[in-house]
Amino acid sequence: MSKAILQLDALSCPSCMQKIQGALEKQAGVETVKVLFNAAKVKAEFDADRISADQLSNTVTDLGYEVKSMKVK
Amino acid sequence: MKFQRFINQHINQITLITAALIGIGLLGLITKIGWLYTWSFILASIISAVPIVLRAFSALRFKTISIELLVSIAVVGAFIIGEYNESAIVTFLFLFGTFLENKTLAKTRHSIKDLTEMAPTTALVIGEHDQIEETDVDLVDTGDVVLVKTGAQVPVDGRIVSGSGHVNEASITGEAKLVSKTSGDSVYSGTILDNGTLKVQATKVGDDTTFGKIVELVENAQDTKSPAEKFIDRFATYYTPAVLIIAALVGIIFSDFRLAITVLVLGCPGALVIGAPVSNVAGIGNGAKHGVLVKGGDVMNTLSHVDTIIFDKTGTLTEGKTAVTHFHTYSDDEKGLLVAAAVESQSDHPLAKAVVDFVQSKHLDFSDISVTSSNTIKGRGINALVNQERVLIGNQRLMADNRIELSTKQLDDLHAIQRQGSSSVIVAVNHSVQVIIGISDVVRTGVKESLQQLKKMGVKKTVMLTGDNQLTAQAVAKQLQIDELHADLLPEQKVTFVKQFQNEDQKVAFVGDGINDSPSIATADIGIAMGSGTDVAVETSDVVLMSSGFDELVHAFGLAKKTVLNTKENIIIAVGTVVFLLIGLIAGYIYMASGMLVHEASILVVIFNAMRLIQYQTKLPKIDVDQVTESRVKLS
Repeated sequence: MSKAILQLDALSCPSCMQKIQGALEKQAGVETVKVLFNAAKVKAEFDADRISADQLSNTVTDLGYEVKSMKVK
Repeated sequence: MKFQRFINQHINQITLITAALIGIGLLGLITKIGWLYTWSFILASIISAVPIVLRAFSALRFKTISIELLVSIAVVGAFIIGEYNESAIVTFLFLFGTFLENKTLAKTRHSIKDLTEMAPTTALVIGEHDQIEETDVDLVDTGDVVLVKTGAQVPVDGRIVSGSGHVNEASITGEAKLVSKTSGDSVYSGTILDNGTLKVQATKVGDDTTFGKIVELVENAQDTKSPAEKFIDRFATYYTPAVLIIAALVGIIFSDFRLAITVLVLGCPGALVIGAPVSNVAGIGNGAKHGVLVKGGDVMNTLSHVDTIIFDKTGTLTEGKTAVTHFHTYSDDEKGLLVAAAVESQSDHPLAKAVVDFVQSKHLDFSDISVTSSNTIKGRGINALVNQERVLIGNQRLMADNRIELSTKQLDDLHAIQRQGSSSVIVAVNHSVQVIIGISDVVRTGVKESLQQLKKMGVKKTVMLTGDNQLTAQAVAKQLQIDELHADLLPEQKVTFVKQFQNEDQKVAFVGDGINDSPSIATADIGIAMGSGTDVAVETSDVVLMSSGFDELVHAFGLAKKTVLNTKENIIIAVGTVVFLLIGLIAGYIYMASGMLVHEASILVVIFNAMRLIQYQTKLPKIDVDQVTESRVKLS
């Protein structure tokens, strides 16, 4: 199980949170998703064999949010 | 999606263009150039509506009826019936309001951002052949030795293998004072080396360090909702669709399309959804800055209602180490004391250690006194021979056994010490009593004042639970004016007491050192750990006082009350705004644009109100003058 932490640009609306959460959870291989609204961070646990961290990052970018940095463990 | 991102990135420019177009439109109005007026407003409406409509749609895809949707429908409606100026002004105000909202929200999140930015980014790792390599802090492994130079940040949690210096641990303890560190001492990631050079072997790196844990905790805390927030969230999910339905009904019943879209704008729950969270974010941020970690809005709320605070004694109320608190001498020289120190320095009894520490703190030298023989008499004390003189150090029974009688004055002094719950040591040289020393567990400075302040702030009862004996406990409780006391307890018995208070319908906070008191901390409504940055404390408790100070406890309690009050104020402002707007609408004074203006203004008002929390500070308790003079009399 891998863990990715994505730092986003400041989030302004609580509905952004639901959007990001929903979109990531729907991806196959993603186990848990936690969006920290105030810290503008996304923490996701995923199965590295089924989905890559870059794919996660792209999903968020496609929703219209800039990913400033990403850490994968 | 690309388009949406483009719009998101250029939202400020869009707002600016809209403002300019509205300006041109107004110019057209003044100069009575009809086409300029109309087309400027049409253009402004279209440009500024795009981002709002886009957001409304993307929220709708996730089955959320957002504020943007209400505004979108209203604006499109206004546009259709030809109210271009209304639609332009409403969209502009909405965008500009969001812009200001983000700017001010960033301020409330500032403390946490400051905290994350304090995290070290690079480390100087010392390689096998003593070569130094600068690497990203994420690449350091436990066991690596890193070099920390003057002015640099310690990049890992670890132990100093060589070097020494002064470290500013403010990022961990919240207290900006320099701590001296040398070989063998522990240092924490995120602290700053003020002077000196250190080589540190990493024991924890990255997110596992104490600093990493603190950051994670505060980040999570700011998103943990208070009951008020949860309620509003639930409320908002029904409220927003309800506004939509009401607007439709109003439109149908009065057959007034304009009125219907006005209701949509006025019904926006703007300040309501932002009011409660923003107070918590500001409050938790304030705490983090002052060394008080509060684990979320729900904790904030419960803490503000606490009426009973239970304290562990040793290590919490008291220093946890014995020291000389009373000293009476009955001769003109220091001989009795010096001899006692010389004899006691050979013993490892806690009382003996206190006597030696006391003599050393007075800078008296006893190294040239040689002890010929020394016998410990169980339950009595020590019988020693020093420089051909018989020295007896111990309790009253030892004196009685050797037929040494105490004078009335000496007996008075002895009883005074015993009444305070302190242990007493009598020193006799050649059958004459030289000194009487009182030794007790020292109460931490400032505790009494802090407890009084807590009482003033609304705490009804203070309780002390301890594993220590009744007499010592009583002395401490009396000195600190603690309401209730239970001594001779095992950790699990402490839990029973916590439960008992809870059963009596009291909101209980337990303050302990975070390690041995974990069960009580977990059981209490609010567990408060006085941990100098220990992992256990950070994990098991609801509130962590980083530098273990009692003024932090006062700050935490005051902050919780202020934050909850602030949340309530914001809810009142938000609800008041909606009521005000409805009355204005019925009275015929409020239209779409003015309604939006009031709305955006109310959002800014709640944010500014929350920002007051960032500045919150409890006044430091004044030093109790009585206590200072009292101890001076005793010790001299």
